Amino acid sequence: MALLEVKNLGISFGGLRAVNAFDILIEKEELYGLIGPNGAGKTTVFNLLTGVYRPDTGKVILDGKDITGKKTIDISKAGIARTFQNIRLFKELSVLDNVKVGLHNKHHYSTLEGILRLPNHRKVEKEMDEQAMELLKVFNLEDAAHRKASNLPYGQQRRLEIARALATEPKLLLLDEPAAGMNPNETGELMDMIRFVRKNFHMTILLIEHDMKLVSGICEKLTVLNFGEVLCQGTTSEVLNDPQVITAYLGE
Amino acid sequence: MLKKMNKTTKSNFITYGIVIVAFVVMQTLISTGSISSLLEGIMVPICIYVIMAVSLNLVVGILGELSLGHAGFMCVGAFSSAFFSKCMRDVIENGALRFFLAMLIGIVVAAVFGILIGIPVLRLKGDYLAIVTLAFGEIIKNLVNVLFIGKDSNGFHFSTKDVMALNMEPDGTVIVNGPQGITGTPQDSTFLIGFIMILITLFIVLNLINSRDGRAIMAIRDNRIAAESVGINITKYKLMAFTISAALAGGAGVLYAHNLSTLTANTNNFGYNQSIMILVFVVLGGIGNIRGSIIAAVVLTLLPELLRGLQDYRMLIYAIVLIAMMLFNWAPKAIEWREKYLSFGRKKKEAVK
Repeated sequence: MALLEVKNLGISFGGLRAVNAFDILIEKEELYGLIGPNGAGKTTVFNLLTGVYRPDTGKVILDGKDITGKKTIDISKAGIARTFQNIRLFKELSVLDNVKVGLHNKHHYSTLEGILRLPNHRKVEKEMDEQAMELLKVFNLEDAAHRKASNLPYGQQRRLEIARALATEPKLLLLDEPAAGMNPNETGELMDMIRFVRKNFHMTILLIEHDMKLVSGICEKLTVLNFGEVLCQGTTSEVLNDPQVITAYLGE
Repeated sequence: MLKKMNKTTKSNFITYGIVIVAFVVMQTLISTGSISSLLEGIMVPICIYVIMAVSLNLVVGILGELSLGHAGFMCVGAFSSAFFSKCMRDVIENGALRFFLAMLIGIVVAAVFGILIGIPVLRLKGDYLAIVTLAFGEIIKNLVNVLFIGKDSNGFHFSTKDVMALNMEPDGTVIVNGPQGITGTPQDSTFLIGFIMILITLFIVLNLINSRDGRAIMAIRDNRIAAESVGINITKYKLMAFTISAALAGGAGVLYAHNLSTLTANTNNFGYNQSIMILVFVVLGGIGNIRGSIIAAVVLTLLPELLRGLQDYRMLIYAIVLIAMMLFNWAPKAIEWREKYLSFGRKKKEAVK
């Protein structure tokens, strides 16, 4: 059974049909790419999957559960985590705290236990610290753990966002242009990191990207979106050699 | 990791330490009779303003929403507790117990108002939220002004018109008398109680900030959309911060009510003047900076009293000090200077990195 199954997804904003009849099928532990020209509706698809927008038509099924039209918070609990095209970190919090906010729903103690500093508070906080540090290590951020998130260099901020998303222990990770604004070296590191995350966390990843080197380097399957509709779908080599895709997106 | 834990804990202990030392110094001065009775008289108000500033900072600095109706919650706490104290004056002889119960009632009633007002208000953000809280603060104040409550052998009587409309038996007494408010509240507030209340307020606010819930609240402040995407319940945590803040303001109101023999609601004590005044403490002390709120509240409450000798120039100097403090707090050059010379070895490490 596929991990994510989307059928006939669509949404209109006023008269504009932003996404229409969008289908996708993602298997477990697959690295899937979503590409297309600017304004094709890629981020809108992410917003539909994560409950930021409610779809007009269609169904979203995650791991056998229908999550169509649910609220963002419920979808996060159901197991979809995401990063954003324009980085959205908790700027005033430390790097460690950013990840700990991601761990919020995985570790519990009551408000009263927190205010009165009861033993459970210390125990759970310690668990959270350890788990967050482990995640930071994966992303080479452990040295920056106590710095303010907004003081990190751009590339590290992008990595922190992925770490925070992984902290929610998702089944599916959505990355919205993870390599945007990175130089070739950083992109190379990022590719290794995405591969590592997939392998070590057994993660299924759907990513939006314009950097063709990254897409062809790590994605197994691709969907090309154009004017809100699926133009082409298949394995990476099939799609990148499709004449339609070349005219619409890649250029001759 | 330990280092970081120590840093926050250390900073919190410094805050507690400043409050305790200030209390001990003032208490010694009072007991040796070295300060004027006028100054002694504003010790409880100072405690009230410190609590108000710290609790408002929870909404403005930690939750990141501008609330202009904070004095309204103080008003609710003041009147509900004064009402209780006056009714129970002859029933509960033990002053300490009565005051403790009055405190609980003031806090709980203010918290309930915090929830009731928070539910509609927290759907808004920014300027809109500020204006609506301002309106709610005024509504509370004006409602109290038309409230008449009396008690006779038949029980309680309510009216929103005047005393005559209460239709009481001749043995009845008026407890809440509209614009004249409540008179004859037992004066139970002391500097010591105020000091203990400050410590409790600090304990609650500082521990909340450094807990799972506090992190969620600050995450909402920093980026609502991202907070939602990692599964933070926005409504719940906004309401939590707002309610705790309202409850603490209610506690300050209880202190206020039991510091005066006559409690009335007017623009200067429970109106927007007061709300703005408290906001000034918060902004001046640094938004989100709890220790700063305490210092700003103390300095700006003391200042007008200390300058009383200058008569007409008093408010002029007050305004100049306000501007100077604001510059010292926020000007980039001033911040640079402070970090260089007043860092206590704390910020230097960061700079080396």
